[in-house]
Amino acid sequence: MSNNNSLGKVFFNGLITENPTFVLLLGMCPTLGTTSSALNGMSMGLATMFVLICSNAAISALKNLIPDMVRIPCFIVVIATFVTVVQMAMEAYVPALYASLGLFIPLIVVNCIVLGRAEAFAAKHNVISSAFDGLGIGLGFTVGLTCLGTVRELLGTGKFFGMTLVPDSYGSLVFVLAPGGFIALGYLIAIVNKLKKK
Amino acid sequence: MEYILIFITAVFVNNVVLSQFLGICPFLGVSKKVETAMGMGAAVTFVLALSTMVTFLIQKYVLDAFGLGFMQTITFILVIAALVQMVEIILKKVSPALYQALGVFLPLITTNCCVLGVAILVIQKDYNLLESVVYAISTALGFALALIIFAGIREQIAMTNVPKGMQGTPIALVTAGLLAMAFMGFSGIGA
Repeated sequence: MSNNNSLGKVFFNGLITENPTFVLLLGMCPTLGTTSSALNGMSMGLATMFVLICSNAAISALKNLIPDMVRIPCFIVVIATFVTVVQMAMEAYVPALYASLGLFIPLIVVNCIVLGRAEAFAAKHNVISSAFDGLGIGLGFTVGLTCLGTVRELLGTGKFFGMTLVPDSYGSLVFVLAPGGFIALGYLIAIVNKLKKK
Repeated sequence: MEYILIFITAVFVNNVVLSQFLGICPFLGVSKKVETAMGMGAAVTFVLALSTMVTFLIQKYVLDAFGLGFMQTITFILVIAALVQMVEIILKKVSPALYQALGVFLPLITTNCCVLGVAILVIQKDYNLLESVVYAISTALGFALALIIFAGIREQIAMTNVPKGMQGTPIALVTAGLLAMAFMGFSGIGA
């Protein structure tokens, strides 16, 4: 098997087979907390993807230097470093987005997906395939959040990425608020489960 | 009066799980039995009160004093991780009974985002030390309340006939949605 092929496999594994949102059900807090609109969901996904790629690559490069006993704290420091980078960059360049995602940007640190991939993949593989794993999982997460964000925005306000499709008065605000997040995600997972069985 | 307001707002109006979306993982993960839900709730209350106090003092006397505000995320998560580990070791020595009850939940709490979330929130809200601790304890009680109610409902769901595609997580999420809707009834109080 050529090297290229296996990188592709790593990538699609993250995007589809082990999709963090719909299959592994990891990182539920940002999934629900930031998807009040499609744009917010996508931005959160991209921010997480950046952290995933960087932390996966860095941890994979450092894996021989990190003593086994203290590996989890070391991983957390690496992850927290990249989260701080994202946090400061967003605060500087996209302050409006930073304000709307709010607390959930620093909370990427405790997103189980990031630490999970560091432990399960990056600590055992080389730098390039770890970065690809980060890309695949990150993209899978982004797709998941964008889907959920689109559904909630459409049902809640009748908009798609901010463009009005149906007049506002047909929207049911509950989907933008907390209860709608839980219900929409529940049904999306049910649909994915249904599709997987076929 | 101010403290009562903080308490009611944190427990009912802005419930940490059902309206702020923090701590969803343990909310879905350990809510199959009322008993474990109570254990988790108690462990979270304990850790949250302690960690908020410590991170608050660190923010005020170390990070602010030396202009190291940008280190907040890294410092807080390390402090919380170390604190949880320490609590675990101390409990094991001092009170084996309590350790038996809370022990299994402690390692899970480090990655419970409501701990880090509350630590950052009290700084953002500019609370003083006492307000922070009241806020932390009320948030944790809100978490415990939501968890225990949800566990009670899930015990009932386990006995009913759920359509195949909806079994497991989907039905749990829809139930949580309905619960969140019930909690929306509190909104407006004290706002």
